[in-house]
Amino acid sequence: MFDVDPFTLSRIQFALNISFHILFPTITIGLCWILLLFRTIYTYTENKDWEYAYFFWIKIFALTFALGVVSGITMSFQFGTNWPGYMEKVGDIAGPLLGYEVLTAFFLEASFLGIMLFGKNRVSNRIHLVSCWMVAIGTTLSAFWILSLNSWMQTPTGYALEDGVFVVKDWWSIIFNPSFPYRFSHMLIASILTSAFLIMGVSAWRMIKKVDGPETRNVMYTGIIIAAIFTPIQIFVGDLHGLNTLEHQPAKVAAIEAIWDTEEGAPLTLFGFPDETEKKTHFAIKIPKLASLILTHELNGELKGINDFKDETPPVSPVFWAFRIMVGVGTLMLIVSWWGVFTIWRKKSIGKPLLTIMSVMTFSGWVAVLSGWYVTEIGRQPYIVYGALTTADVVADHPAGMLLSTLIAYALIYIFLLISYIMTIRYMATKLARSQTMIHGYHNKSTQLTGEKA
Amino acid sequence: MEYWLPVFFYGAMGLAMLIYVVLDGYDLGVGLLLPAGTDEEKDTMIASIGPFWDANETWIVLGVGILLIAFPKAHGMILTSLYLPVTIMLLGLILRGVSFDFRVKAQDSHKAMWNKLFFVGSLVATTSQGWMLGSFVTGLQNSTTNLLFSVLIAITLPTLYIMLGTAWLMIKTENELLLKSIKWAKRAILPMGVGLLLISIATPMVSHDIAAKWFTLPNIIALLPIPFACAIFYITIIWLLSREDILKTNYNWIVFAMLIAICLLAAVGLAYSIFPDVVIGKITIWQAASSIGSLKFILVGTLIALPAIVVYTIFIYRIFRGKATTLSYE
Ligand code: HDD
Ligand code: HEM
Ligand code: HEM
Repeated sequence: MFDVDPFTLSRIQFALNISFHILFPTITIGLCWILLLFRTIYTYTENKDWEYAYFFWIKIFALTFALGVVSGITMSFQFGTNWPGYMEKVGDIAGPLLGYEVLTAFFLEASFLGIMLFGKNRVSNRIHLVSCWMVAIGTTLSAFWILSLNSWMQTPTGYALEDGVFVVKDWWSIIFNPSFPYRFSHMLIASILTSAFLIMGVSAWRMIKKVDGPETRNVMYTGIIIAAIFTPIQIFVGDLHGLNTLEHQPAKVAAIEAIWDTEEGAPLTLFGFPDETEKKTHFAIKIPKLASLILTHELNGELKGINDFKDETPPVSPVFWAFRIMVGVGTLMLIVSWWGVFTIWRKKSIGKPLLTIMSVMTFSGWVAVLSGWYVTEIGRQPYIVYGALTTADVVADHPAGMLLSTLIAYALIYIFLLISYIMTIRYMATKLARSQTMIHGYHNKSTQLTGEKA
Repeated sequence: MEYWLPVFFYGAMGLAMLIYVVLDGYDLGVGLLLPAGTDEEKDTMIASIGPFWDANETWIVLGVGILLIAFPKAHGMILTSLYLPVTIMLLGLILRGVSFDFRVKAQDSHKAMWNKLFFVGSLVATTSQGWMLGSFVTGLQNSTTNLLFSVLIAITLPTLYIMLGTAWLMIKTENELLLKSIKWAKRAILPMGVGLLLISIATPMVSHDIAAKWFTLPNIIALLPIPFACAIFYITIIWLLSREDILKTNYNWIVFAMLIAICLLAAVGLAYSIFPDVVIGKITIWQAASSIGSLKFILVGTLIALPAIVVYTIFIYRIFRGKATTLSYE
């Protein structure tokens, strides 16, 4: 059992922690703007339904935020505990970027969150709205800084190497490095889509279970419309992102497409089983020339194959599969959201089959986001800073046994929390928004929570 | 610049950690006290920290952040040596941070479990912080005496946090719970005093570097006011705790202020003991500092953002001033 090397364990632990973390920010970044939308519509139309929608979703937002914060704190210690070499060599660049995230984003969101959640009756409507804005801006700024750093690690520019240490040459080109605009927009839209499907799915479930007031339908329609607008944009941005990757990290694209040998007019492999030892893809279903067409915009464009990169290639199978899962979920999102819009447009009410599909897709955003990140991060191995510093160079030499025990501890806690999170959302979805209960004169015990009144 | 920038960030880091100890200290303390309250009191206790805990916790992120930004070499050194306590602390912070939210949103039948987890998480986080502080002060060494020293701090820190928690509850609650807080404070004040005293005696014994700094002639006279003032504040707290008539008025914040003063003095003493090392006896702030260019870049942001953070933190404490009632989203 203990022959697993510490390096692999550190990698698994990092991947586990960040995968758990990203689940929650993905929701809060998007949901925050959607809540702001509910809040604004309510303020200007004084239509109570939107206020109930806000009050229902703010609780789920609060819960998600808490999970995001605690898992994020773990992240900020990880660099030091497991990758000390990273900070020694890249500290001059990574430090200030992370620092700006704390100074500009974390305090903003964490402080104004208090007012956003509990201040409704203590401050004026305007200050409350401003606080919601602050939290929304804060979460988005978090994403800005952290993605800037991550993108720099993928496509490093604006630095020089002195004795193996990265020194700053130009902050502007570090922050706005070549892949940053794509990664930032792709991630923001991913958050919006994840939240749109979350509110859509939960609302659909509520409608199936008939625990809905009029606000539930409003929320679901909002979710559908947002998703229908942003899914195509996401696919478009994703395509641009891919082109950018081809320019800067061609080995990653070769792995994504499982192209083994350099080819002109390379086919697009829809499915298949990449085999690393034989260097070929078994049972491949291919569409001739399509990969070249998509990536080079020429039928006979040349794509470099994995075999021609010597030893700096990432593992192929995980990248290949993760990419297909992401694109698959994206396609599903497109179909479902447009089907929904089409139904609304024909002034029909949404039927049971679609409601069921939507509720099944409640957390589909998570699947796409995680697979997308696996493509990104596994696809840049063996480097931590692409082309300049390998992951193996920066790892701490902890004993494997210790790493294994902390890894197991984290995993157990995360499984427990994930189950609790989903079950709690499910439970909350069976209850009316509280203001609704007052109107309907419900006063049964289960809707009367004490302490923090639900 | 070469000289002063690292010193500035050293100060900023110390300040962030001090603010963390005071602010998260009181909400961790409330977590430690939670089992002592009745069900209804538990709700009020939680309500008293509800709007603040998240921002409170952000101060440790800033503290570690500055360590990472300004002293990247020490960052790796400290955090790899403290791997276990850090991980255990993180697990504790995770548990308590989420229990706080789950307890009101999950089914009623699960509430008791989340209350327990909130307590356990707070306890685990607090003791591992003490352990970390202990190893840090002894220069990250692993001998038995150093371990005992860490254990001593790990036991004492919860009493300090409990005191902060009770002082916070005195400000934020009324009637029955206020009286209970005073009772709890009376029980915690002695262990805290003994613990702090033992730590003060033990510190120069485990660290020759620190002993050398304190017990030489002109220094010791200049430093004497620190323990002296601590003793005065401590005795004032004991006296105040016997005066329920004062504690029932709006002046009961004095207890909290006295505790802050003690923490501040301890921090000054500690800073004096360590400076100019980041890791005692191993690396100085100038050796560990990142490049001047990077420090300047982040200095600009710090000088703008830090005052802003202080202003809106005060703003938020003002909005939620007064006695804690039930929290409501609506
Ligand atoms: C709701 C989430 C979601 C959806 C529907 C999609 N993606 Fe995505 N994708 C992400 C969420 C995401 C992500 C998690 O946000 C990633 C990881 C890193 C990043 O910037 O975005 C990502 C990365 C990512 C990458 C890797 C870039 C790199 O690391 O170099 C490519 C090429 C694409 N995406 C392309 C697409 C395409 C062509 C899609 C068409 C359906 C698509 N994505 C749908
Ligand atoms: C938020 C979504 C993210 C996910 C799901 C994710 C996932 C992963 C995964 C799966 C690996 C392991 C790759 C491998 O070893 O084969 C990894 C590595 C790594 N990622 Fe990310 N990542 C994310 C974002 C980030 C960000 C924002 C940063 C830094 C700012 C980052 C820094 C790193 C580092 C330092 C490693 C190297 C350690 C390693 O190789 O395991 N990641 N990530
Ligand atoms: C290695 C990478 C990362 C580190 C070190 C990190 C660190 C943190 C920390 C310390 C917090 C808690 C802040 C607080 O106390 O309020 C946090 C929360 C947050 N993080 Fe991360 N994070 C990382 C990756 C990411 C990524 C990839 C994203 C988004 C694209 C992200 C977005 C957020 C957001 C929006 C929050 C606010 C809390 C929430 O919305 O749940 N982080 N992060």
